[in-house]
Amino acid sequence: MRPKIMEEVEALRGINSVAIKEAHEAGRKVVGQYCVFSPQEIALAADAISVSLCGTTQEPIEEAEKELPRNLCPLIKSSYGFAITDKCPYFYFSDVLLAETTCDGKKKMYELMGKLKPMHVMNLPQTSKGEDALEMWKNEMVKFKEFLEKELDVEITDEKLKDAIKLMNKERDVQKRLHKLNAHKPAPLTGMDLMLAQWLKGFNIDKEAGIELLERLIDEVEERMEKGIYAFDENAPRILLTGTPIGSGSEKVLKILEESGASVVALENCTGYKGLDIMVDEDKDPITALAEKYLSTPCSCMTPNNDRLDLIKRLAEEYQVDGVVDLTWQACHTYNVESFTVRNFVRDELGLPFLQIETDYSDSDIGQIKVRVEAFLETIPTPAKA
Amino acid sequence: MISIGIDIGSVAAKAAAFNGEKIIATAISPTGWSPKEVGEKLLKEILEKTNTTKENIKTIIGTGYGRVSLPFINKAVTEISCHGKGAFYLDPEIRTVIDIGGQDSKVIKLNSHGQVVDFLMNDKCAAGTGRFLQVMANALAVDVGELSDLATGVEPANISSMCTVFAESEVVSLVAEGTSKEAIASGLLHSVCNKTYSLASRVGVENKVFFSGGVSRNKLMGDLLSEKLGIEVISSKESPYLGAIGAAIIGW
Repeated sequence: MRPKIMEEVEALRGINSVAIKEAHEAGRKVVGQYCVFSPQEIALAADAISVSLCGTTQEPIEEAEKELPRNLCPLIKSSYGFAITDKCPYFYFSDVLLAETTCDGKKKMYELMGKLKPMHVMNLPQTSKGEDALEMWKNEMVKFKEFLEKELDVEITDEKLKDAIKLMNKERDVQKRLHKLNAHKPAPLTGMDLMLAQWLKGFNIDKEAGIELLERLIDEVEERMEKGIYAFDENAPRILLTGTPIGSGSEKVLKILEESGASVVALENCTGYKGLDIMVDEDKDPITALAEKYLSTPCSCMTPNNDRLDLIKRLAEEYQVDGVVDLTWQACHTYNVESFTVRNFVRDELGLPFLQIETDYSDSDIGQIKVRVEAFLETIPTPAKA
Repeated sequence: MISIGIDIGSVAAKAAAFNGEKIIATAISPTGWSPKEVGEKLLKEILEKTNTTKENIKTIIGTGYGRVSLPFINKAVTEISCHGKGAFYLDPEIRTVIDIGGQDSKVIKLNSHGQVVDFLMNDKCAAGTGRFLQVMANALAVDVGELSDLATGVEPANISSMCTVFAESEVVSLVAEGTSKEAIASGLLHSVCNKTYSLASRVGVENKVFFSGGVSRNKLMGDLLSEKLGIEVISSKESPYLGAIGAAIIGW
């Protein structure tokens, strides 16, 4: 029932963990990063491989809790746990790490992680508004560039940066087009597959190959749509999932939503559409263009964060959404406080039902989440009920 | 012809029968360890009370945490929707349902059509639930049903612990210090009332307010909630059966 190419996507797990080892042995350099604010282009322009190291499973958390407080975001604990247990081949083979001062938790965790491998910390401004913020972020781009040039003994030219920008834009564009397939009613892809296709690609050593794979996936899905093959029927409630990032291993809420009959059509989070919305300007000076694009990321760690409300509104309209679910990882203060604003916006301005779920990576609260999700879905009118 | 609703709660299992116009029977039994067995027992009891045979059952709706364990139901519906439906049936002016059960508490908001528009649950912590009162009643060596009378008209002793486990230790200490059972009972009910108020405030309380669940049988709790909310909190003999009633109506 699933598009056949999803099998190839899933196979990337195994392929890439070997590929990274081979790349390392062949002398390629690897830059590990943790965030959608991180400019992958600068790593690519240094002829390095960029990998996303953000932790999405419960497995290494126990080890992490020996050094980090238990009352901390599971994503931070998972990321750190992978670092100290050597359970992640991508961390293991990373030559340098790129950290960023996004939220308090990550900022302090990086102090500990920085003892394990050469790390560069980019200082993200607290706001995206105003000339000062942009200047600061441009300077941070330059500092990262200089760090890589020194560590990896390469020269990062403007030309290389421009090539990297074109490649990353191409990657963003294909992922965007994949997402947009789900604007159709009914959706041709499950939210799970949409999430997985984007997430697994984050480990791809060869970006061009990853882009080509997604192009083939889009083609296959479009063919299926022409034959009337979709992932859900017209009556399935269409949900936009927003909030904190999810990946393979932390998709509990998405899974429960779809097991309960919902079609998760849109993912506003940073592992979904959030980082794809805006391209890097290919005509501007590369450092300025990169700074502008990355600073515009509507993450709750920034203040104000009204662009996130705009994005939610656009997605809700384009994807014909019936309800919004806002996921908050436990101890994530920024997304948790922001949830109140999002709730009022979604209910009052968009007139849509809204549910916030606060949880962690463990499966101890699956029963409780199911009741909330089922009750929430019961409040969404479906044609059958009318 | 009847439709039947079965609500398997953590402490008590309830059932109700609806004939298309009104609820004609209810039944209740401790859940025990087998939701399936108590479900079957209640089904039998309802059939006997309504003088109906299995062939004349329109549908059976299951709700409550034990709904997944009932093989004979036609459909499972969450207790949120069922409580909403039940409240609207009892009084279409009800806009807020406060349900305090054995191990969870919830607040449900309804619109003028009786549809659920918002809800909040506390099902991760025993504080503010029937379990809290059960544990404390044990510590005071009284029956949980006696707490209301014990506490009425008595100044509350301060119970500072939120956690059921630590509050129990606190109660034991208070008893040892010579604080009266009455004052402690009053403090405990105030504690549950405050917890409920916090939960309800986040959803927003609108008149009329209906109090359901096992704890609604505690008369003083209803009075304390009314005082804290500044709105009269109604309950009735149907209160513990609200989920089963709503389920039966949904099944019609």
